[in-house]
Amino acid sequence: MGNPTAERISRDEYFYGHKACAGCGGSLAVRAALKVLGQNAVSVLPAGCMSAVGFNFPQLCFSNNSIISTFAGTASMLTGIEAGLRAKGHTDFTAVGFAGDGGTADIGIQALSGAIDRNDNIIYICYDNEAYMNTGIQKSGLTPFGARTTTTPAGEHIHGNLRPKKNMFEIAAAHGIPYAATASIGYLPDFIKKVEKAAKIRGTKYIHVIAPCPTGWGIAPDQTVEIAKEVVDCGLWYLAEYENDSFTLNHKPKTFSSVEDYLKKQGRFRHLDAADLETIIQSRDKKWAFIEKNFSYR
Amino acid sequence: MKPYLREKTTFSASEVPQATAFEAGYLVSVNSGWRSIRPVIEPARCIGCEQCYLYCPDGVIAVQNGKAVIDYDFCKGCGICAKICKTGAVRMEAERE
Repeated sequence: MGNPTAERISRDEYFYGHKACAGCGGSLAVRAALKVLGQNAVSVLPAGCMSAVGFNFPQLCFSNNSIISTFAGTASMLTGIEAGLRAKGHTDFTAVGFAGDGGTADIGIQALSGAIDRNDNIIYICYDNEAYMNTGIQKSGLTPFGARTTTTPAGEHIHGNLRPKKNMFEIAAAHGIPYAATASIGYLPDFIKKVEKAAKIRGTKYIHVIAPCPTGWGIAPDQTVEIAKEVVDCGLWYLAEYENDSFTLNHKPKTFSSVEDYLKKQGRFRHLDAADLETIIQSRDKKWAFIEKNFSYR
Repeated sequence: MKPYLREKTTFSASEVPQATAFEAGYLVSVNSGWRSIRPVIEPARCIGCEQCYLYCPDGVIAVQNGKAVIDYDFCKGCGICAKICKTGAVRMEAERE
């Protein structure tokens, strides 16, 4: 009995023997994307979890050409790799970057914005685990409201992070990028389809994939995939695409599953009270009203 | 994939990385020591649907002859395969060694 998604991607492993924590969502995103792009992918990894776990000298876990960039320079290094290989006459390759949420939404945003502006032929994948996990769980621009991190601790008066999650998907789309998408490792076939699609489009492609971190989220290692599914099912994340100047929603939950259940499974949200929950549900409903109005759904 | 560490052959100095820029996929250590629990496949229940292969963060599961097989050298025992399996063919057991 064949699995249609497994049949479409490479049987070879390009990210193997890495030292990521057991149940790491980010490593699953990198592994799946490289199995789509294959041996000729040239990957760029800024300082962050995936470079820390992939290049433990002399353990070199990528089986394709890979390089570590500066924290801020994922997209600019992709630009250089693409231009360099093109200048040397190579045509059969994909320049792909894997940066975390901090490396994308905070530190690497100007390099990414510049690459999109130049419309360089690259794929930029942001694996979003919602904080700087590699350095010990500090808040990033993509940490959601209410999450406890080491820099936004939960106390009596302040309940974790006070700011909402930055909307990186629509920030990328606002550049008029050829292709941008959101995904979740809980819906892996959808993510794989989006990477396949991105590989066929010329110009800059941006994919934002939710990749839970058991260590930082306070969940068991075996919960990574189901929590990544649940965040979509409860409406706090959505699967969408942007191309040809318009937004498309790919998956519409019939009814949302409980936001409270999703949050209470995670150590980082355990301190939230009823008022915080109400704030989160209201912001979800506001987001979905925006989606209903501006996204098409097939 | 070149798991050099599992081929117990002799090697020359040129095959040993001297800088971080070296041949891709050069592995020198296993991850099996991280495990406190291990997945065990029950072949009778496995239908070869490849969900565990797809969702394994470490890529250590392959389906051979219609049944899932685990590379225990690199499995970290996260248990995602046991959760994702619809037929209950993956059982988590305590490591005994």
